[in-house]
Amino acid sequence: MKEGVVKKGQDIGVGRGIEPNPVGSKYAGIEVKESDLRDGRYMSIRYSAMFRYRWDTGIAVGRFLEGLRDGRIVGSRCNVCKRILVPPRVFCELDFAQIDDWVYVYDTGRVNTYSISYIDKQARRMSSPVIVAVVELDGASQGMGIMHLLGEVRPEDVYVGMRVKAVWRSREERKGAITDIVYFKPL
Amino acid sequence: MVIKRKVAVVGAGMTLFRRRMLETGKELCFEAASMALESAGISMRDVDAVVLGSAPDAFDGVHMKGEYLLDGAGGVGKPYTRVFVGGGTGVFAPIAGWWHVASGLFDTCLVVCEEKMSSLHPHPQYAFWGIFDHTLERPLGVNLLWIFALEMRRYMHVYGISEEEIAHVAVKNKRNALDHPCAQLAAKITVEDVMRSEPIVWPIKRLDSSPPSDGAAAVVLASEDTARRICKEPVWIDGVGWSIDSAYWTDRELAYPAYLAEAARMAYRMAGIEEPRREIDVAEVYDPFSYKELHHLEGLGLADKGKAAEMTVAGVTARDGDMPVNPSGGLLGVGNPIAAAGMMKVCEVFWQLSGNAGKRQVKKDVRTGLAQAWGDLMQFSSVIIMRS
Ligand SMILES: [Zn+2]
Repeated sequence: MKEGVVKKGQDIGVGRGIEPNPVGSKYAGIEVKESDLRDGRYMSIRYSAMFRYRWDTGIAVGRFLEGLRDGRIVGSRCNVCKRILVPPRVFCELDFAQIDDWVYVYDTGRVNTYSISYIDKQARRMSSPVIVAVVELDGASQGMGIMHLLGEVRPEDVYVGMRVKAVWRSREERKGAITDIVYFKPL
Repeated sequence: MVIKRKVAVVGAGMTLFRRRMLETGKELCFEAASMALESAGISMRDVDAVVLGSAPDAFDGVHMKGEYLLDGAGGVGKPYTRVFVGGGTGVFAPIAGWWHVASGLFDTCLVVCEEKMSSLHPHPQYAFWGIFDHTLERPLGVNLLWIFALEMRRYMHVYGISEEEIAHVAVKNKRNALDHPCAQLAAKITVEDVMRSEPIVWPIKRLDSSPPSDGAAAVVLASEDTARRICKEPVWIDGVGWSIDSAYWTDRELAYPAYLAEAARMAYRMAGIEEPRREIDVAEVYDPFSYKELHHLEGLGLADKGKAAEMTVAGVTARDGDMPVNPSGGLLGVGNPIAAAGMMKVCEVFWQLSGNAGKRQVKKDVRTGLAQAWGDLMQFSSVIIMRS
């Protein structure tokens, strides 16, 4: 096959003021462009997979989800290091000790860090961006947080350290899921 | 700790890195492995054991990728194993190869790293969805860049670093890649270009991030006796280290990679390095995003906490600077076929220390080099120290 020879370095443009890659090499590899696939220059095989799962929630996260259904956030406390852990677990990963001490923490907290996502999980551009944050929850140990979304705030107004509070779905709508909290909003 | 034998890198090879390649994963493995064997001047018959590194199976839609890639990687009829620690795989696979030889079990070991990310259509990003907690994170619509953007923002906040300062890394690495014949995204760009490129997950912009890629890279490792017999310029692996932090990533301080400091301590101790800043001549650190190079330089102790940006802006990490970092062009410039990208860094340090890096050869005399990769859920790092 003619295509079997080593192709030279490609000129892939990025932004402005671009110079092409240096060409010429002993390195193997044949680049395929999107147009090569469209034109049928090279063959490819399509396949879609569909797997179905039913995940057990386990002991600790199960209790956490029950708590969310009731409109509360459940943590667990290690009796060795005394940390109040969120999300809760039945073991302390630092002390490797068993935990059976359950506590409620507050649904308020502070933004530890945040970002603004313009793409969805398939890397497709979204019409409006979402604000993502790690929220350190009041009542949990220093630095303990969960990832969630921020709402009722413009991206440019968010800052690290901002006080926030959970916005819950109505009692009837809650089903024991992380999405029982719609998002956190400025307090 | 008793290490039975010294281990050397005696050959290296790689394929082009591209967004999509015609070759299958097996074929890419074969090409990189063949080049590494040829450069070592040995044949597959001389290889005692094979280690394969490749990242998530979901890219390929093939389960048990170790078995899938086996034939192309040269593992048939030999002790063969696949290792996998996410993005850290490319530097961890040669560490696994190192203990195969250092233990005295084998005289030679071929280490092949491969990634073919293009199979997942239309974009490999979707495979990363599966690394998140199915109960607490996936229902939020998470994508991989969320967590890196969160880490970058935290890093900027804690140390007061600007997006412009961080953009210097992308400018440097993409320019270095102009001299790499395998590079996918080599370019001459400015800080302004980076700042004006569209935000993907702010503060990460398009030119702050490495591309998905197809590619493979490989090295041949040999025990001291064998290395001295077959190789004029062996490069010794004098220290290895790896460490991992908790998967409860929202409970950790993201501004500083403590797990990397731990991995580096292990490698420095083994290599007898007391002052890394003075003793490391050239470093290939993991740079899937521009801020990661800075984050990693600090974790490695090659910069003070929060000071790597300043160093970069001042040109210290340029190819002709006092501490050249990613003279290859890194993941930002050469490309990011995950496991192969980490291995590309080990290849680059080998080429630099043996004086074979061609146009990429750093100006100063180099004797000691470092390669590092990072992976799993922002929690793992692998470090290799090499000496000529
Ligand atoms: Zn504890």
